[in-house]
Amino acid sequence: MFRSHVMVCGGTGCTSSGSQKIIDAFNAEIAAVGLHEEVKVIKTGCFGLCALGPIVVVYPEGSFYSMVKPEDVKEIVDEHLLKGRVVTRLLYDETVQGDTIKSLNDTEFYKHQMRVALRNCGRIDPDNIEEYIGYDGYAALGKVLTEMTPEQVCQTILDSGLRGRGGGGFPTGRKWMLAAVNHADQKYVACNADEGDPGAFMDRSILEGDPHAVIEAMAIAAYAIGATKGYVYIRAEYPIAVQRLQKAIDDARAYGLLGKDIFGTGFEYDMEIKLGAGAFVCGEETALMNSIEGHRGEPRPRPPYPAAKGLFGKPTILNNVETYANIPQIILNGADWFKSIGTEKSSGTKVFALGGKIKNTGLVEIPMGTTLRTVIEDIGGGIPNGKKFKAAQTGGPSGGCIPASLIDTPMDYDSLIALGSMMGSGGLIVMDEDTCMVDIAKFFLEFTVEESCGKCAPCRIGTKRLLELLDKITSGNGELEDLDRIEELARFIKENSACGLGQSAPNPVLSTLQHFRAEYEAHIIDKKCPAGVCKDLLTYRIIEDKCKGCTLCKRVCPVGAISGDVRNPHVIDPAKCIKCGACMNGCKFNAIVRE
Amino acid sequence: MKKISKLPFSGTPEQEAQLRAWLDENGKKPGAAMPALQYAQEVYGYLPVEVLRIVAEGTGKSLEEIYGIATFYAQFSLSPKGKYKIAVCLGTACYVKGSGKILAKLEEKLGIANGDCQLDGKFSLEASRCIGACGLAPVFTVNDDVYGRVKEDGSELDAILAKYRD
Repeated sequence: MFRSHVMVCGGTGCTSSGSQKIIDAFNAEIAAVGLHEEVKVIKTGCFGLCALGPIVVVYPEGSFYSMVKPEDVKEIVDEHLLKGRVVTRLLYDETVQGDTIKSLNDTEFYKHQMRVALRNCGRIDPDNIEEYIGYDGYAALGKVLTEMTPEQVCQTILDSGLRGRGGGGFPTGRKWMLAAVNHADQKYVACNADEGDPGAFMDRSILEGDPHAVIEAMAIAAYAIGATKGYVYIRAEYPIAVQRLQKAIDDARAYGLLGKDIFGTGFEYDMEIKLGAGAFVCGEETALMNSIEGHRGEPRPRPPYPAAKGLFGKPTILNNVETYANIPQIILNGADWFKSIGTEKSSGTKVFALGGKIKNTGLVEIPMGTTLRTVIEDIGGGIPNGKKFKAAQTGGPSGGCIPASLIDTPMDYDSLIALGSMMGSGGLIVMDEDTCMVDIAKFFLEFTVEESCGKCAPCRIGTKRLLELLDKITSGNGELEDLDRIEELARFIKENSACGLGQSAPNPVLSTLQHFRAEYEAHIIDKKCPAGVCKDLLTYRIIEDKCKGCTLCKRVCPVGAISGDVRNPHVIDPAKCIKCGACMNGCKFNAIVRE
Repeated sequence: MKKISKLPFSGTPEQEAQLRAWLDENGKKPGAAMPALQYAQEVYGYLPVEVLRIVAEGTGKSLEEIYGIATFYAQFSLSPKGKYKIAVCLGTACYVKGSGKILAKLEEKLGIANGDCQLDGKFSLEASRCIGACGLAPVFTVNDDVYGRVKEDGSELDAILAKYRD
């Protein structure tokens, strides 16, 4: 027994901010003062508030230390652990109110959240199976194996209203039922952990913070559909997640929770990890299965659907990590409990990866139907540097933008689709007034052009032509007819592509065009980029009244585009200017403007 | 299109023995081609045609099929990487916070284009997909070291690169 626990975040954000050094420092300092038998240091999964990492939480007090540096550790050990005096200066400032300290759950960041899929992240040591078991781990698997028939399991998941968290939002229970009724000598369950959507990292955090939840859920799914073998397809770019999941699988096997005759019921299930190699299209289910089989990850025509003919030609179900993470909770608490969270058609919670121009970047889990305003203004803490909120992008390269005027939109599957966006896997990128929407559309399209597998022409050629049209506009050569061409081509790509990648690739273009048409028109008619991003449309100008004639700009200009005499206003020759901005950065009198 | 290296192949007999031993044990299992290429890249650092040929033999597949897999996935590199691999994240969160500018500054400072390796094999530079450290955007990595919240004007880059000058 330990009197205190020091939880240090070992999620990707905090590890990148140096949390391993913090852990080492704690272990050394605690040993130095002889507290190693009273205080335990635990490396946990992600707490969610990545912007303030590395994060350290000391229990039983629940003191939330943020942005901890290795040199702070001695003070925490000497003051807090040895003398019982919380080091207020290192606490997350929102938890400090005068002389009292607020509970973490009362802070704006946490109080609007509800953690179901992330419930163990930051609470347990992911490398210790006993801590998972201590929080009801594997109780759901025990319950289904001993008290429920496979049909009842499928029915419970269907009744809960759980929909796929990877993007499409297909009812999970129905998917399981389709595979359950197909008879075959071998069936498979698979987990999609190929989180390719740029800006989304919830699957990674779940695997790093609570890997056993996914293992348990896959075993439950295997029982429900009659499978004995599972695969987790995970990105090789996620080494910490791979390592923790592998350890979790090994431990579960050693405890008899994987393998033959689980819980003495005769049920057999085992699983292994397959490493992806970086191809966005492998998030598409049939492409993923091709990749597990060792081929190029190109999608297959559907039907046959994987529920009938999936991996190695056998009935297979594929769910995403976050979907699985909800399963044990649904089994333990019941379908009605899950249905009581969220909205009628989108039950439960959704994890969003909050990023971009927002104060509290990190992972947040909210009941479905929470408004975008709550996420951005309350949980996210608003836009930094006094800038204005312009739009939020959801669904990554398959999704679209929600403009500031629709900030009261509830975040659920159907509301987002109605706006021309989609839930996707939950990336939520916030943009301020300095973001050019044409440039963002171009950014996503460049991504899809590069990631298109090339199998079908509408996607391979269509997205490339679409990108050329956007290039034409951002380089100042656009004409108004191009907007009609974009809309026509986009519709064609959506209707004719073979898989989800192509069918959704035009969404970022269409949704920005729908909500920010005026910005496209400014690029075309006025040849201006209102956000000041598109380089070809920018001009630099020296304000005559402000210029003191110090000649600094003339000297820093790499192409000799600036002329003028000492103590006289200088001028920029737009024909020579390469728009590098060196003059503006150099000017001490703010006399140079970009417009 | 992937860059294919024109540098001469310099694999050692030890490396070949190591790869062949792995292939003898695992090469014929279902779905072995990808893990085989991943292992080969770990051994050699990249996948020149000489190595692809060994993988093809060891998995019983044609060189064409192996080449097709190697060029399909972003993880596989047909060019050598530098001693210090710099990867600039161009995921959405980083891009919005200016990582595109950081990539351009690094190209300028290292004198190589995105995807290239310096002639002396010191630094290589590439753009990477989202590495999931979006809370620290913009981010780039040098081997396993992560640099987050990098200023987009490039003012910190010289100091960071200097750490790897040996």
